[in-house]
Amino acid sequence: MIDRPAEIVKFDNVGLRYGTDPEVLSDLSFTLFPGSFYFLTGASGAGKTSLLKLLYLAQRPSRGAIRMFGKDMITLPRTRLPDFRRRLGVVFQNFRLVQHLSAFDNVALPLRLAGTDEARVVKAVTDMLEWVGLAHRAHAIPATMSGGEQQRVAIARAVIARPQMLIADEPTGNVDPDMALKLLRLFEALNNRVGTTVIVATHDVHLLKKVPDSLIMRLQNGRLSDPTGALRYPPRPAPKPAPRQPRGAA
Amino acid sequence: MTAPPVPDDQSRDAGPMRRGAGPRLLPHSRFGGPIPWVIAILIALVVIAAAGGLSLRNLAENARADLSGAITVQIVEADAALRQSQAEAATAALADHPLVTSVRLVPESELLALLEPWLGSSAVSEDVPIPALIDVELSRRASANEIAQLQAALGEVAPDARIDAQSDWLRPVYDALAALQYLALALIALVSFATAAAVWLAARSAFSNHRDTVEIIHLLGGTDEQVTRIFQRSVLRDAAFGALLGLGLGLAAVWVLGQQFGALDSGMIGGGRLSVGDWLVIGAIPIVGILLALITGRITIAFALRAML
Repeated sequence: MIDRPAEIVKFDNVGLRYGTDPEVLSDLSFTLFPGSFYFLTGASGAGKTSLLKLLYLAQRPSRGAIRMFGKDMITLPRTRLPDFRRRLGVVFQNFRLVQHLSAFDNVALPLRLAGTDEARVVKAVTDMLEWVGLAHRAHAIPATMSGGEQQRVAIARAVIARPQMLIADEPTGNVDPDMALKLLRLFEALNNRVGTTVIVATHDVHLLKKVPDSLIMRLQNGRLSDPTGALRYPPRPAPKPAPRQPRGAA
Repeated sequence: MTAPPVPDDQSRDAGPMRRGAGPRLLPHSRFGGPIPWVIAILIALVVIAAAGGLSLRNLAENARADLSGAITVQIVEADAALRQSQAEAATAALADHPLVTSVRLVPESELLALLEPWLGSSAVSEDVPIPALIDVELSRRASANEIAQLQAALGEVAPDARIDAQSDWLRPVYDALAALQYLALALIALVSFATAAAVWLAARSAFSNHRDTVEIIHLLGGTDEQVTRIFQRSVLRDAAFGALLGLGLGLAAVWVLGQQFGALDSGMIGGGRLSVGDWLVIGAIPIVGILLALITGRITIAFALRAML
């Protein structure tokens, strides 16, 4: 049993470069707290996706220190990464659904990878597809679904395992404004009612006003703009119900 | 908006992914790739090579058992009466020797019958002296020293006696059989290597084709072991199909070859018959092939995964 960390994510002077190219992210230092709602904004090429890759543990930084869930992610052996990835839910920019699996099986994937009993998987996935309004498309494969439907499948897959942190990369980029707002409300509900920390990368400035309590991280040329220091020393958010930690992730 | 219906804690992190839970994470190819067929051909070659090698081993062992404890004594004397007397004296002396279990003076009529196909009936006459032959069975294989002692003992009663140890003149045949056995072993080793290489290439290709799915599984919290097991199932299916097909092809070829050699009706060839143990060894070849494919596939995927975060 581990203590719940005060911060869920802590970056300290993090830099990232691909190969020998110049750094795409430089001197990132910030702290994210459990139960908060963050928007990550910036122009195309500012480094949003690169920063998200560091957050969802698809990439290690070139320099600096990253702590997540109270653990040093730099020295963590790769064999222990799955324990921490299971605490995350990710909505990828291009959805990254498994193309030969149905909507049902895509959503079920995190639970099955965690070894969940199949009867529970069926119930949980059925309820989740109902929640995102895709119960009637449970057996459809991604190629036969619209962009909005695939988006909702990706979201359902991201939240089915009750993540402690939800990371969404341009989740409204491929849907109409009505659907974008609906998806945002899904994230809000997850944040408010389950206590999941939510990080949404978007270049849609209108979206930022839709979640009043959200904090904004702005990236410019790979550097985090934080004039007030609110990201480095943010106010502690009001406590919200928190999801329990997965077994074996300490 | 209502909260998402996320499951309770008991429904997650319950351990490794259950076997057979849910659909295949890699699309089912139904033996569409070349690997099952390549494995079938390679296993068939191993079955034929192994059957040949085991048969040669049996043949050599039987021949050696028959001949290593036997010698032939020739009495090379042109005078027929003297030759006959020396042959009888040598037979008597050999019969008393402790190393000898049986002695048979080969009748002249039998010798003439043996020579007739080679020299013709007209060539076999009084003008062509034929050595007297004595077949001798020993209680065990005699050393060179013991053969020399026997020769010396015979020399006292039959000065024209010469001993031929049959194992000596058969040594080149044994050496040739041994070389063929080594060739069969080398062929088995080479084909095993080729099988491993084919599986290695197939596993790398499959991994490369499904890299995106592997990345998704990793990012959703899947472990290397889970990914490896997914690929292993695919390798097992292909290898099992190929190995069984290869065994069938190989056994059919062995049966046909067995019929062909059996038709020769030769005592020596008959010594190469496969025993029950040999058939068990041949039956184990597909199992070893499947294990080899599984181990190779596992190592290949493990190396490929190690290159990913």
